[in-house]
Amino acid sequence: MRQRLARVLGGVAILALVAGGAAACKKEEATTPGGSTVSGLKIGFFGALTGDNAGLVTPGKNGAELAIAEYNAANPGADVQLVPFDSQGSPDKAAALATSAVADAKIIGIVGPAFSGESEVANPIFDQAGLPIITQSATRPSLNSKGWKIFHRGVGNDLSQGPAIGRYLKDVAKATKVFIVDDQSAYGTGLRDEVKKILGAAVVGQDKVTEKQQEFGPVVTAVKSSGADAVFYGGYTPEAAPFLKQLRAGGFKGTFIGGDGLYDANMLSVTGKADVEGAVVTCPCGPATAAKGNFVADFKAKFGTDPGVYADVAYDLTKVFLEGFKAGKTTRADLQAFLGTYNGVGSATGVTYKWEANGELDPAQVAVWAFTAKDGAWANATQIPKG
Amino acid sequence: MNFDDLIQGFPDLTTTGLAQGSVYALVALGYTLVYGVLRLINFAHSEVFMYGTFAALWTWGLMGYDSNSTRPSLGMALLLILVALVVAALFSGGVAVLLETVAYRPLRKRNAPPLAFLISAIGASFVLAEAMGALTERRQQGIPSILPSTPLFTAGGWTVTPVQLMTLVVALGVMFALDWFVSKTRFGRGIRAVAQDADTAALMGVNKGRVIALVFLLGGLLAGVAAVFYNLKQGNTRFNGGFLIGLKAFSAAVLGGIGNLRGALIGGLLLGLVEAYGAALFGSNWTNVIAFVVLLVLLMFRPTGLLGESLGRARA
Repeated sequence: MRQRLARVLGGVAILALVAGGAAACKKEEATTPGGSTVSGLKIGFFGALTGDNAGLVTPGKNGAELAIAEYNAANPGADVQLVPFDSQGSPDKAAALATSAVADAKIIGIVGPAFSGESEVANPIFDQAGLPIITQSATRPSLNSKGWKIFHRGVGNDLSQGPAIGRYLKDVAKATKVFIVDDQSAYGTGLRDEVKKILGAAVVGQDKVTEKQQEFGPVVTAVKSSGADAVFYGGYTPEAAPFLKQLRAGGFKGTFIGGDGLYDANMLSVTGKADVEGAVVTCPCGPATAAKGNFVADFKAKFGTDPGVYADVAYDLTKVFLEGFKAGKTTRADLQAFLGTYNGVGSATGVTYKWEANGELDPAQVAVWAFTAKDGAWANATQIPKG
Repeated sequence: MNFDDLIQGFPDLTTTGLAQGSVYALVALGYTLVYGVLRLINFAHSEVFMYGTFAALWTWGLMGYDSNSTRPSLGMALLLILVALVVAALFSGGVAVLLETVAYRPLRKRNAPPLAFLISAIGASFVLAEAMGALTERRQQGIPSILPSTPLFTAGGWTVTPVQLMTLVVALGVMFALDWFVSKTRFGRGIRAVAQDADTAALMGVNKGRVIALVFLLGGLLAGVAAVFYNLKQGNTRFNGGFLIGLKAFSAAVLGGIGNLRGALIGGLLLGLVEAYGAALFGSNWTNVIAFVVLLVLLMFRPTGLLGESLGRARA
């Protein structure tokens, strides 16, 4: 018993020391003039870095890494670090990760969380700690109405993407009978509702699938017996790829379209070149491979691959934080205030980043693009006309 | 309730349901065999199955076919499937025997309580799944399209694709072969003897350890066969892909009467059909609800499943 008491006391003492040390560091930081020389600042990157959905997120992490490497090289004495938080895209893992991000006082900004589901869990924790975030790809519209002051979104939400998909189906693909499938996720249902609103009577059928579902025989049957000439899928690649493959195996020849959840290299490789051909995905982001400035060349030089989805967005958003560091905003509160009045053009995306009070990007800056699978790659990037 | 979809799609739903049910049935046989002999639910069987899907995938990869390849000619397709069946069956069988040797045999030697077996089974399941997850970076992997997607024949609204026909035919064939093996051969007699009364069988000179290894091997072989058809039908696999199939197959085994070989077949096919019809009636999101409600109701009236336990009884 006494031993245990001693241990507990020892633990408390150590904790107190650590906390005291951290507090001391913090004070030091705040008094150091010229933010860029403050050492040990960190930016968190929150999202699925492994797992089925990693293909959507790792390019963005590389983009953030590139931004930080460039900043550290250009500013002598700067040693900003990127701290990855691998949620595997799962809301279940988000709370613990968010808590540990908050606990590290050196982390004063977060790029992410990348998905809507995990955002719902992690953002309240960030909000409570006043840790500002900018997400590059969580597009569920309702995220802006939860009263999180720290919330910023660097792309358009599904209120822009959903209607754009609807317009694409109507005006570009000339679909008259659309079958709608969603995966019942925060992201999938949000997108589905917006697409339905635009299409109205052109929706001839609807079904819902579940996460991790692999057998889509009954859905394929329903699509075929509805006589649909287009299928919209609201969800992510792990289910969409086998679904599309089974649709094609079942003889469906019409258009297949999905949101940015499918704008992923895995969608191409898992479905396979022949079956994915002609599939369309949309994204509130331009083609990263056509980003402005030296971004594409720099990215390729550092990582040996072309920049993937959201790499350019995450790069620019990370740079927003870094500009804050440079301007001496080295606490969470200062950085949060900095974002509130920020107005600058991203060097890779060319988008003017300026946030409204609810954390949404200025609507004039939002553009939605469509990509078509061709020969095993996403090609034919075209901007969907605004409604 | 959407009766239109059910009626219009009835033929299609029946064929997809039977094909899916065949996969359940093949995996269910593995659960039922082991349970019949050891009274042990081998929770790691779903992983034995999952390893089979990867064995088939790798085999095709070595033969030069990945998800981006164009469809091979029919002769090549049959060769690919045959080779994959052999490799996957042997691989899964090997994993199953290894599992038995490492996870269960030491416990049996020490007369461990049933709970220890259960924990060992769950632990082995995690180890196998996570090892594959680490090995494949938890990535979903696409399966090459091998068989043509054009229907074999169409008659009165009934269309049957090559994959569906092949799945059902092979499942039935394997099932009958197994039935014959267990009821007619010397090894089969050994299995039945140990299932009925392990101690007496041992006194009569049956090598219990060998019979148990044989049972695991058989279950693994069947899981490997199921894995190939799962690949062909589903078009992808991943490290946690065995979980759901395993759960469904186990339910199918219980539905038909666990320990009963024919019951596993009937339970599997029935579960496949119920899922397909249920999905059409209520929407795919209700599939699992329907399937398990049917299971519950059935067990209420026939607690030992449709055909009852039988591997342990004399008539089997």
